[in-house]
Amino acid sequence: MVDALFLGIAVLTIVSAIAALEMRSLVYSGIALMGALGGIAGFFFLLDSPFVALFQIAIYVGSIAVLILFTIMLVKRELIFHKKEDHRRRYAGIGLMLVIMIGLGAVIFDSGISSITTDEPPVDYREIGEDFLTYYWPALIAMALVLAGSITGAMVLARRDDGVEDEQRTD
Amino acid sequence: MSNELIDFVIVSVALLAIGIYGLSVKRNFIRMLFAIEIIINAGNLNLVAFARYLPHSGGQTLALFSIAIAAAEVAVGLALIIVAYRMYKNIDVADFRSLKG
Repeated sequence: MVDALFLGIAVLTIVSAIAALEMRSLVYSGIALMGALGGIAGFFFLLDSPFVALFQIAIYVGSIAVLILFTIMLVKRELIFHKKEDHRRRYAGIGLMLVIMIGLGAVIFDSGISSITTDEPPVDYREIGEDFLTYYWPALIAMALVLAGSITGAMVLARRDDGVEDEQRTD
Repeated sequence: MSNELIDFVIVSVALLAIGIYGLSVKRNFIRMLFAIEIIINAGNLNLVAFARYLPHSGGQTLALFSIAIAAAEVAVGLALIIVAYRMYKNIDVADFRSLKG
């Protein structure tokens, strides 16, 4: 049986996720996305994984959401409220969503994982640190290189070197 | 623990379905990025839930890797949005057609 805290976080997460996709203004959508990501962090706390939860809060709710909000502010005002979509496509999307929910839900209920429970103590975060530095150290270095490469790539992509800068400053 | 593994997995499936809906219906580049984020978080929730109930530290480690890679993906995605907006003055993906044959 689920407890009230789980239900509250589940409702918060799913409603925020839908709001992030459906709200008219992109700014409010970004804030709703922050709510959904914060809800996921709450689930991580419920799963006795405080280290991952704090990582999630620091990276998603802290930095990615702010990055998204700044990008939205760089876009023209009309486009923030602009919402153009095909109605037939929308109904097809809702149908696809229901098919995935019901299909995957049926597979999961049928798979027997509903009988899995545990009384064992949660994983200690020291084990995660040991994992990172022993078995997964090549992956850790590769991840550091990917992060550095992606940040360099993002800066190179967003750089403006065609002289448009001066033109825009004057008007 | 009063919550069971299947509760978390069901929430994760719901988030996955919502993300796929957003990815297939929305034409706004930023909203599509939101949908991708929701799908990635559904995957992370699954990883951590299974790591708790097995119990094994590998799931949490993998979730941490996944969060870091998702951060890199968002940085590149937002840079692409800015470049595309500069080129087309729009963020509607239907308008981005320079690579169309």
